[in-house]
Amino acid sequence: MFPIPFRKGVAFMEQLIQQLVNGISLGSIYALIALGYTMVYGIVKLINFAHGDVFMVGAFIGFYSITVMDLGIFPALLVSMAACALFGVLIERIAYKPLRNATRIAALITAIGVSLFIEYGTIYIRGAQPEAYPDGIVPLKSIDLFGVSISGQSLLILGVAIVLMILLQYIVHKTKIGKAMRAVSHDQDAARLMGINVDNTISATFAIGSALAGAAGVVFGIYYTKIEPLMGIIPGLKAFVAAVLGGIGIIPGAMVGGLLLGVIEALVSAAGFSLWRDGVAFVVLIVILIFRPAGLFGKNVREKV
Amino acid sequence: MLKVNDINVYYGNIHALKGVTLEIHPGEIVTLIGANGAGKSTLLKTISGLLKPKSGEILLEDEHVAGKVPQLIVKRGISHVPEGRRVFANMSVEENLELGAYLRKDKNGIREDFEKVYQLFPRLQERRKQLSGTLSGGEQQMLAMGRALMARPRLLLLDEPSMGLAPLLVKTIFRIIEEINQTGTTILLVEQNANMALSIANRAYVIETGKIVAAGTAAELGESDQIRKAYLGGH
Ligand SMILES: Nc1ncnc2c1ncn2[C@@H]1O[C@H](COP(=O)(O)OP(=O)(O)OP(=O)(O)O)[C@@H](O)[C@H]1O
Ligand SMILES: [Mg+2]
Repeated sequence: MFPIPFRKGVAFMEQLIQQLVNGISLGSIYALIALGYTMVYGIVKLINFAHGDVFMVGAFIGFYSITVMDLGIFPALLVSMAACALFGVLIERIAYKPLRNATRIAALITAIGVSLFIEYGTIYIRGAQPEAYPDGIVPLKSIDLFGVSISGQSLLILGVAIVLMILLQYIVHKTKIGKAMRAVSHDQDAARLMGINVDNTISATFAIGSALAGAAGVVFGIYYTKIEPLMGIIPGLKAFVAAVLGGIGIIPGAMVGGLLLGVIEALVSAAGFSLWRDGVAFVVLIVILIFRPAGLFGKNVREKV
Repeated sequence: MLKVNDINVYYGNIHALKGVTLEIHPGEIVTLIGANGAGKSTLLKTISGLLKPKSGEILLEDEHVAGKVPQLIVKRGISHVPEGRRVFANMSVEENLELGAYLRKDKNGIREDFEKVYQLFPRLQERRKQLSGTLSGGEQQMLAMGRALMARPRLLLLDEPSMGLAPLLVKTIFRIIEEINQTGTTILLVEQNANMALSIANRAYVIETGKIVAAGTAAELGESDQIRKAYLGGH
């Protein structure tokens, strides 16, 4: 009796919403990683290409915390964030700090070296074989929205991302260290004249950015299950695209850029071009670099002389 | 209060300060005048710890502070208002002032100093929440000075506070510098506007290509023919 196109329409809407949910989940992960890129770029003008590998290390630390140390997912999340924060500071102090006054290209090449070192160091230590996050560790039930079921994992990702982003906004805008970070990213010498310790402030920025990447690694493992030592490369590159999309150096830009990129990818898949999924991020990068190189949130702030 | 003793400062091969010696007594306004590139900013940066001298000493009271980090210098009571203001354009007026008090822990004292700065510069209070990058040049100068005062300095280093300001505003800024001095803050004032600087200073130094070439009371230097010719536009 009922016309078939109507049923088809409902199915299409459900599919669309389902893809949007997937896109937002994936986008939240990109956003968490992109924040670290953008914060570090904002303060030392370095594209930290090892950042995706911190994300990978975070995923493994989360995995071992859950399977070996028998922790619940929230304690595992915290352990991973703390360890990654420390790891990020170590990378900065050992690899980047000695190059603070070197050319940008020297620092960039070093970052690529650090990235390879972490990837193959991980393989050397534990082998190249993948691991799988255990099932049934998410204490959240799926919910129904417009006939679409949203999994507990998706809810967890979204919840973690929202809480961390609110926390980050609070730190950056309300706390002393956050204000110091903004001051240093604007003008290092002027910040020094306020009595700000620039080295410690830069380390704090790496710590916070790396902790967010660690959290992203854990929720990635919970959502996609499979983790392996080279898993950081593609999400790292995409998070970099997300940071550029939002405007590199701009924190809200990284959040929006990440979510947007996740949704674009999901819609491209939904439209039946799932093979183009990974390529679309780079199309976005090219388009943004041509038409709006400062990013969606970027503007040219002129200073009065 | 501050003694700079025979310091030499280099930028790579460039010998920017060549054996500079000067002294500032408590409560004074001392001005340092000189042409572009003479080394005025370099001297202030060396005192505030942004640059390290290759040799020579800087004594604050009896403490050696040459080559110490700016953090320590600020803590010891020297604040530097840099050339070109260098306000944090991406932050509000209020946040800039908070950063001026970065090393302080005395909440009540900080609140008092906010009041004092707003009294000195009512314009800043009106614009408390405004992004400092959107202030006018004169307002940014006020903010840079207010920000330095938030550290409650005993010695204030001012690098060309009149730069790029309209004559009326220059007068206001100089009146405020005198006011700050009257509340007990010692001042080292770098200026190219030698007339104005000499009019409020007790003593003055003249620097040329990295060397102090004249020193004396402001009145003496104001009357010297040589100085008038070079810096005061006299004949
Ligand atoms: N970062 C730097 N690198 C190399 N040389 C420098 C640097 N900064 C200053 N100089 C040189 O040191 C000398 C003194 O510069 P300084 O900025 O102290 O002059 P100034 O008296 O403050 O001049 P102005 O009135 O133009 O501000 C100049 O010859 C300048 O070219
Ligand atoms: Mg200068």
